[in-house]
Amino acid sequence: MGQATVNLTPPNVPAEKVSGPWGEAWRAFRKNKTAMLGLFIIVFFVLVALLAPVIAPYGYKEQELVNRLKPPSAAHWFGTDDLGRDMFTRILYGARISLWVGFFSVIGSIIIGTLLGVLAGFYGRWIDMLVSRCFDILLAFPSILLAIAVVAILGPSLRNALLAIAIVNIPTYGRLVRAKVLSLKSEEYITAARAIGMKNSRILFTHILPNSLTPIIVQGTLGIATAIIEAAALGFLGLGAQPPDPEWGKMLSDSRQFIQKAPWTVIFPGLSIMLTVLGFNLMGDGLRDVLDPRMKN
Amino acid sequence: MRQPILRIEDLHTHFFTDRGEVPAVDGVDLVVHSGEVLGVVGESGCGKSVTSLSVLKLVPSPPGRIVGGRILLKGKDLVPLKEKEMRGIRGNSVSMIFQEPMTSLNPLFTVGQQIVETVRLHRGMSRKAARAHAVDMLQKVGIPRAEDIVDEYPHQLSGGMRQRVMIAMSISLNPELLIADEPTTALDVTIQAQILDLLRRLNEEQGTAVMLITHDLGVVAEMCDRVAVMYAGKVVEEGGVQDIFNHPLHPYTQGLIRSVPRMNEERERLYSIPGHVPVLSKEMQGCRFAPRCPHVMEVCLRSMPELTLQEELHSCRCWLHERPQEDAV
Repeated sequence: MGQATVNLTPPNVPAEKVSGPWGEAWRAFRKNKTAMLGLFIIVFFVLVALLAPVIAPYGYKEQELVNRLKPPSAAHWFGTDDLGRDMFTRILYGARISLWVGFFSVIGSIIIGTLLGVLAGFYGRWIDMLVSRCFDILLAFPSILLAIAVVAILGPSLRNALLAIAIVNIPTYGRLVRAKVLSLKSEEYITAARAIGMKNSRILFTHILPNSLTPIIVQGTLGIATAIIEAAALGFLGLGAQPPDPEWGKMLSDSRQFIQKAPWTVIFPGLSIMLTVLGFNLMGDGLRDVLDPRMKN
Repeated sequence: MRQPILRIEDLHTHFFTDRGEVPAVDGVDLVVHSGEVLGVVGESGCGKSVTSLSVLKLVPSPPGRIVGGRILLKGKDLVPLKEKEMRGIRGNSVSMIFQEPMTSLNPLFTVGQQIVETVRLHRGMSRKAARAHAVDMLQKVGIPRAEDIVDEYPHQLSGGMRQRVMIAMSISLNPELLIADEPTTALDVTIQAQILDLLRRLNEEQGTAVMLITHDLGVVAEMCDRVAVMYAGKVVEEGGVQDIFNHPLHPYTQGLIRSVPRMNEERERLYSIPGHVPVLSKEMQGCRFAPRCPHVMEVCLRSMPELTLQEELHSCRCWLHERPQEDAV
């Protein structure tokens, strides 16, 4: 019977290039225009952040007190702030801070959240009870309030703001992973893996974790946007970055008294926050379309 | 007489649910001899799958648990074995294939990687040797272009191909017993025939004993040497495939056979056994089939008949065939 099937395949047709599920996803992602726009925005800001010292015409701490609150000009593209610092330079360096906080807080919450979620989902019983109730408690607080509380305990600084944001977002990832693991556990290939004599820990790492990656990636991308906003909010409240760090939220709050006299001191940081967040949101939505099988046609 | 590979003795697998203890497998005795194909038939929910999962101790726990009986694999009882010892048996001397080929492969890995997994797990083969072995196995199960397919992902294959891959995976260590839990239910008819053919061939060429779980009597007639008919967690009739089809003794078996459509018979309406498989509980009395049985007698409602040998290698659990004089205690 195998013979009959062999003849059905013309021998000289080149076999379709084998691409894994990830290659497939990338192909679909490339076709999604808004998602690609998001990716370009992100790449743009990443480049800006990396190259800040090269591009920036001034130092971000450099003050020219004679040139305070000057409107945009050839010398100062985005104008200057109340201490005569170049806004353009500070926006460039600000990209570093925002992206850094965004990435690392999300990575932190993903690592801890995934660990707890897998424990709860895979081993169940009392571990699940314990972990899930902890998540519920964390989720009962409004996130920004909880972050403020954490920073208040640890002391205001950029690093502590990052920690606070990471802690606050752990339950989001934890619940996501737990739900995914629970549904994966009843998949037949997990039983099949058991039936060939695979250990629990091995099943966890080769079957369950890789298969629960997609929702984490989607949520993580969207989560970076949220984390950037939260960092800006903490900065605005004076609980995040401390002067003279050019954090965008902090820049907003420092300049808000000059909003009528020198609107550029508020507009540019605000615009930067908006653009980066937009970029991550667009890309996150695109990833969801591509990676979430329920949305696939 | 051939050697028994697997002997299940008085197996009880119960599920502990909120609504009480459910005896899904309630005293099952089965024997699979080396090199034979044993068919286990019955309606949905009569304990076939749980019996097969019990053999490898894969019954989801909680809520399920083997509460009694012995599962002898070549004379060695598996029931008291620890998880670690069971892992050495699964996929090695006993392996299993499942109903849904579409979902029994991990979508993220190539077919080859998944076959290699089994081999490396038990034999610790090198990557290269294992890959060559995977290609070999794919060829053995009749997959064309095995060299290419080995690097493809499950979503690139059809259902029939995936089931072949599953079979390749399960026979790659040459197990003595292959448990196939409705291996063709999810496939279309032509592919079903090919897969059954393949199983038959493996059984004949490699001498692998097969325990075939199915609800399709057509499959049983085509494949099996012996048949065990299960109803509500118990074996109600057991015998050679010829005996069972030619003169079924238990009213349930008779009903099952009557409900198979026949091409050469003109009939108005296809027969179906009235009623449903009962909800199992520990409090059940009498014969499980009594409420649906056309020949029900008073004794059936009171006590459960024993599985007794009626003729050579053909036994049945029914009061109609009980000889009370001999069995009276």
